[in-house]
Amino acid sequence: MKYRVLIGKPGLDGHDRGAKFIARALRDAGFEVIYTGIRRTPAEIAAAAVQEDVAAVGLSSMSGAHLRLFPAVVDALAQAGADDIPVLGGGIIPAEDVETMRKAGIREIFTPGTPVDTIIAAFTEACKMQRDRENNEG
Amino acid sequence: MKGDPTVDRLLRHLHGGDPRALARAITLVEDQQPEAAGLLAGLDQKRIEDVLVLGLTGPPGAGKSTLTGALITALRKQKYRVGIIAIDPSSPISGGALLGDRIRMMEHALDWEVVVRSMATRGRLGGLCASAGAAARIMAASGCRVVILETVGIGQSEMDIVRLADLTALVLAPGFGDDIQAMKAGILEVADLLVVNKADQPGAGKLQLEMATVFTDPKEREERICATVANEGTGVAILLDRIFTLEGEFRSNGQLHARRKRSFQLETLDWAVEIVKADLREKLKTTTFTSTEPRQAAMEMVSRSGECI
Repeated sequence: MKYRVLIGKPGLDGHDRGAKFIARALRDAGFEVIYTGIRRTPAEIAAAAVQEDVAAVGLSSMSGAHLRLFPAVVDALAQAGADDIPVLGGGIIPAEDVETMRKAGIREIFTPGTPVDTIIAAFTEACKMQRDRENNEG
Repeated sequence: MKGDPTVDRLLRHLHGGDPRALARAITLVEDQQPEAAGLLAGLDQKRIEDVLVLGLTGPPGAGKSTLTGALITALRKQKYRVGIIAIDPSSPISGGALLGDRIRMMEHALDWEVVVRSMATRGRLGGLCASAGAAARIMAASGCRVVILETVGIGQSEMDIVRLADLTALVLAPGFGDDIQAMKAGILEVADLLVVNKADQPGAGKLQLEMATVFTDPKEREERICATVANEGTGVAILLDRIFTLEGEFRSNGQLHARRKRSFQLETLDWAVEIVKADLREKLKTTTFTSTEPRQAAMEMVSRSGECI
């Protein structure tokens, strides 16, 4: 089975090299990756995730707004009736923020220097759990 | 499979326009899950009859996604619910795909009456994916008046869209030079509408003149060629008008009915071949051939595996 994931960049941050790198790495690992482009609102990302029926959402932030924007995407997903879709995030994120982000419902946080294989493995695991859950629910 | 409570619930919700149920249903079909058959059988047939499946095709970079975005705006002005299936190629190496057509339609991201689904070809050639037809029917059943099927960027021979869609528009832009000439013997002949996009760019007039040679009837020449500047919305209202006029004609002269019938037959044939292919692929692994000539070997294999066909 193919895993579909969405890679999005919330907020005004235009630095999309990281997001594109991850999107490509996931593609090369066999994922179908929907890329939203830069400067999306959390609500836009949530709507796209619902319509595309992705098994996971990946967010990238380089500008320091992650503490505000990543949880906002989690909230937007809940509002769109999709609080079950796991959200993973990465970028320029200080280690001390990781715990706060996890508490806010971000499943994994990838800080600078994380090997790409670790990221792919985390997406694979998140997608697998999500699809198993959906199949059990029917 | 009908009567499965999960499928029934999904059908109820998707017929009510619920975005998640609709998206889930397409995934079930795309992944060829066992529930798919019951689901597709339970779709609202009246809505499927009433939908217009509009194929948009053309070479990469002609502006298909941007034009799709502009058509969505025009359709929403008329209050129609609209579905979009945007197809991008799968990697032949990893099987993965990067689906980016949505970027050009984000203007409509928060409008739940605009249903966008990105799909990967998953190894299928011809510019479409195997589940495109089923996905279009699911969108129709959810209440979409028009479903736009945007193919991958095509070269000279990807014409599957013409068999699947009720009506096909070929999107071209100036600057493709001799490619257009080469396409003359292919999709140009079978597309219903020719759209010269980026009509504000140099060479657009020449391209339009070239297009004019495709139609011999002056009336057709007038009605079947449209000039647009999709990113500014120019010419899009006229294009949509032509689309609906043509749809009306096709519905009243039986053309649409005939096309759907042919499309049903071809989709069925495609699936039959898919099913047989899986068996044959397995057999290939264990068969020893007496012939070294592929065609001869194939005859051997098919006659031996007659029972599976």
